[in-house]
Amino acid sequence: MLKLILAQGMLGLNNGVFYAMLSLGLAVIFGLLNVVNFAHGALYMSGAFLALILYSYLGVWIGLDDFHVNFWFALILVPSMVGGLGMIIERTLLKWLYRFDPIYSLLLTFGITLILQGLFINFFSASGTPYPGQPESLKGVVNLGFMVFPKYRLFAIVFSIAVCLAVWFVIERTRIGALLRAGTENPDLVKAFGINVPLMVTLTFGFGTALAGLAGVLAAPIYSVSPLMGADLIIIIFAVVVIGGMGSIMGSVVSGFALGLIEGVTKVFYAPAANTVIFFLMVVVLLVRPAGLFGRQT
Amino acid sequence: MKSLFYGSVCAAALSLGAGAAFADGISDDVVKIGVLGDMSGVYSTGFSGEGAVAAVKMAVEDFGGTVLGKKIEVISADHQNKADVASATARQWIDEDHVDMITDLTNSAVALAVQQLASEKKVISIATGAATSDLTGKACTKYGIHYGYDTHALPVGTATAIVKEGGDSWYFITADYAFGHALQDNTSEVVEKLGGTVVGSSDVPLASTDFSSYLLQAQSSGAKVIALANAGQDTVNSIKQANEFGIVAGGQQLAGMLVLISDVKSLGTDVANGLSFTSAWYWNHDEESRAWKEKYMAYSNNAAPTFPHAADYSLTMAYLKAIEAAGTDDADAVREQLGKMKIDDFFAKGGTIRKDGLLLHDMYLLQVEPGKEDPWDVAKVVRTIPGDEAYFSLADGGCALTQE
Repeated sequence: MLKLILAQGMLGLNNGVFYAMLSLGLAVIFGLLNVVNFAHGALYMSGAFLALILYSYLGVWIGLDDFHVNFWFALILVPSMVGGLGMIIERTLLKWLYRFDPIYSLLLTFGITLILQGLFINFFSASGTPYPGQPESLKGVVNLGFMVFPKYRLFAIVFSIAVCLAVWFVIERTRIGALLRAGTENPDLVKAFGINVPLMVTLTFGFGTALAGLAGVLAAPIYSVSPLMGADLIIIIFAVVVIGGMGSIMGSVVSGFALGLIEGVTKVFYAPAANTVIFFLMVVVLLVRPAGLFGRQT
Repeated sequence: MKSLFYGSVCAAALSLGAGAAFADGISDDVVKIGVLGDMSGVYSTGFSGEGAVAAVKMAVEDFGGTVLGKKIEVISADHQNKADVASATARQWIDEDHVDMITDLTNSAVALAVQQLASEKKVISIATGAATSDLTGKACTKYGIHYGYDTHALPVGTATAIVKEGGDSWYFITADYAFGHALQDNTSEVVEKLGGTVVGSSDVPLASTDFSSYLLQAQSSGAKVIALANAGQDTVNSIKQANEFGIVAGGQQLAGMLVLISDVKSLGTDVANGLSFTSAWYWNHDEESRAWKEKYMAYSNNAAPTFPHAADYSLTMAYLKAIEAAGTDDADAVREQLGKMKIDDFFAKGGTIRKDGLLLHDMYLLQVEPGKEDPWDVAKVVRTIPGDEAYFSLADGGCALTQE
């Protein structure tokens, strides 16, 4: 029994990787821009597809059949591409909506989601395509004593914890982070200090979306790459953000991993409840602490 | 000459029997066959998709492109594995495009919906990719035919073989819709009849990407056999992840209840080595089948030579021959003719289409065997399962039409 709990816990933690990284990006964006970025799931999906395209299709397109952009390069390249796409979206579309109610930017990003999904369904079909570029060094399994666990999934867990901690450190403990947080609280005052706030906003949106792209690359070898992979996840991610506290960095990371874990362990006791346990917790949290576990009560 | 003509008309009228007055000739001067399949989803490579359309088109070409002097046309559409989308398309095809026969119908939920609709509108439907035995059981219709295999025929071969080898406790990983549940129920019946037990099951939504947590539940159940009551990409993903998590290495046996050779090819014969599965046809079984496979692959731009695609070709031929013999594309006449004909081709030997719509024919138990020359030669035939043994009898099916 203990073995089974540990094993399902590990798998839960593995899902938690994506909950944490995606809700982290959402929290960064919401915290600074007050934008509920519904396109986050679609950008995550785009990240996975870009990794797949770089590995499987690019070579064929340029006429070099043996040319593959490997996983490690994709891990750097893809987040910059997705981040760039995010910045274009922010500069050309989102920025016109800041002065309106947040519901407008939510609807805009929802529209972007549908467009991205439609594009990928059109070119790649709705079913999943496996990502064949998993690096050789991460193939195989590790025996953890209570279960055998694929090396790659273990890498994903460790890597994402490192990324989350780094982001937390930058935002909570450095000068750049201090400026960002100050910009959230009082943009006019920060402007008065000579800081270019619109640029800061663009870069932040780019950074948040780059995190989604990074999560996408990380997910590609585990799940099949499919146009709906983001849509399946985004609702859970919003629940994670709400539970953690809208805009709270630490809250989104901790609740991301914790909820993955809870979901996994629930499977041991009553499997059909696993899909709903997160939403049940969300209801409880909203009733008891409306600002979320780590959110500041206002 | 005139008397000869009248004589043959009288003979034809007599042969059709009293009271059966069928419309003569071809309606709208064209025979339209609609291929309604999963063109982009989990079932689009082996069951349905372009490969199915190609098989139907190739049959039409081999038939000569015309029947009774009228053109034969093939149209196709993607039902996206959604019964409502499928029904809407079928309705449009029948009402506006005057489609005469609808085939493919991969996905049991889709097939059940369209078969019902088509029969209400007196249009023949011939399901190939769909598996549920309800199509010719409690949901049977007058114009609905199920061609190739069903959830009753699949486990008879596979489960019997496994239980007899000592695999007597089973855990199911089941696709959570009509097909998966029907397959699980039918398999459980076979297992329990032979003295085995079913210790548990997990229902997994169609087209899941991560089966690991379900596989771990199956592992901890201690069952000797983990049965996959799913199909297509779902089966491929389950087998792949079972390997990743060392489940087969841990001593449990995987049993795919519905495996296609295209699944085995995409997994690699090394990963799937030893896997037993039941199939309605195997291309390397005899000379006739080998020849068909060569021709089909050249024609279809290398689509998978799977049994549903072979069935698509076979049923199209049978349907067109029935029109020719009946002298009309009238659904009642063609259905009656199909019931009288023997289906004898590369796909089915001495097959018959029963009153409940089931094509009764032999099935094959295959076992994956690596290291063969042809990339599609992934298995060997272990046993031929006679049709009577594989399928339920007319009386057991529960089809209301048979009780008249």
